[in-house]
This record gives sequence, structure tokens and C-alpha cells, in this order.
Amino acid sequence: MAEKYVNARGLQCPGPIVQLFQAAKEAQAGDILVVEATDGGFKKDVVAWCKKTGNELLSLEDDAGVLRARIKKA
Amino acid sequence: MREDKKTIIVFSGDLDKAMAAFIIANGAAAMGNEVTMFFTFWGLNILRKAKGAKVKKTFLEKLFGWMMPRGPEKLGLSKMNFCGLGPRMMKLMMRQKNVNTLPELIEQARALGVKIIACSMSMDIMGIHPEELIDGIEYAGVASYLGEADEANVNLFIA
Repeated sequence: MAEKYVNARGLQCPGPIVQLFQAAKEAQAGDILVVEATDGGFKKDVVAWCKKTGNELLSLEDDAGVLRARIKKA
Repeated sequence: MREDKKTIIVFSGDLDKAMAAFIIANGAAAMGNEVTMFFTFWGLNILRKAKGAKVKKTFLEKLFGWMMPRGPEKLGLSKMNFCGLGPRMMKLMMRQKNVNTLPELIEQARALGVKIIACSMSMDIMGIHPEELIDGIEYAGVASYLGEADEANVNLFIA
């Protein structure tokens, strides 16, 4: 199981979920994706994205404006 | 009807509305949706190449083509256009805030596999030829759009 870092810092909507989608497409099932974004909307968007795409959101933290999500690819 | 298919009709040729349409399209594609955008009337101007192609046109068609914006860089805003000052301010503010420009959004849509269809009837009315539009798009009529919309669970009309 690999862990992949996705840097979506500084990107505005829909940049972070587009980056996440593209990274998820290349990942294998069970891989962990760590995404960092600074777009405030990403907080809710990543939850909606995981629900819609069936991937598992392991954690979501707000580190002084940097949102960090850990997602397990289904 | 499928839950993973969305269709968007882009009737407007305003910069702000075109951006909204592409942001929704790209967001939907990133959520794993199949997305079809159907461009009609003023929306066709978004797909025009910056440089005109050598095509035979009637006088009226030429005049019309000259009066309409040629491509995403030339569009006006639906509000506060102020003869082009509004869009310039908007683009400057977008750059400062690192928002993707409309040409970038179009590029992103294509990379995500968003299907772009130009309405051949409105192209005919407005005298727009396929050579004048960006490459790699499809041309079709209302039946094709309806066929796609029947399969989708979200359909938007950007007026």
C-alpha cells in the first residue's frame, strides 16, 4: 500500500478535487492519498467527494488554514 | 437515468457565466461523472478560436462574426462590463487570487474528458463554421442533447 501526497495548496475551486480525482485515478485500491489544500470550500467538498466516489475519508484536519485530508482509495 | 451523468446547456456567452458552467462541469467530472456540455447561441462564442479561419461567408454573417466576441479571452461580463473594463478588473482579481482563467478551465475540462457539443443549428444561423471553433468537439442538434439529458440526473441551462 503506497502513500501519495497531493499538493493542492493555493488552488481554487474546483482545483483541489480535480487534483484529487486525477491522483485517485492513478492510485491502486488501498493506497492512501494525503491532500493538502488551502481553499476553504475543500473542507466540505472533500467529504462530498469521498461520499460520491466511494473512497474513505480517514481524517481531515485544519492546520492553520491548510486543510489536510487522508483518503483511502476504495 | 444515471446518477453519474450531468448535462449542461451553455446558452450564454458571458465570461462569468461561462466560468460558472466550466467550474460545475469540471467539478462534476472530478466527482466521477460523465459530463456533456451543449453550446448554443451566444455560448458558441466561448468555443471560437482567437484567429478567424478562411471560410466563405455572406456579408451579414461576416458582420455578425465581427460583432461577436472571438473566444474566451474576449468575452464580456453579464454585469458591470463597462466596455471591457469590468472583465479586465475581474481577470486581475482572479489572477491575484489564483483562480483558473476561462481558457485554463476549458483545458482542464478537456483533460477530464468533458464532452463538448456545438449546436449546429445556431452555428448555421450565426454563420459560424466548424473551422472557427476549437478542435476536438462534436456537432449535433437538439435530439442528441435530449438523448444525453435523458440519461443524466442533473441538467443545467446557463442563460
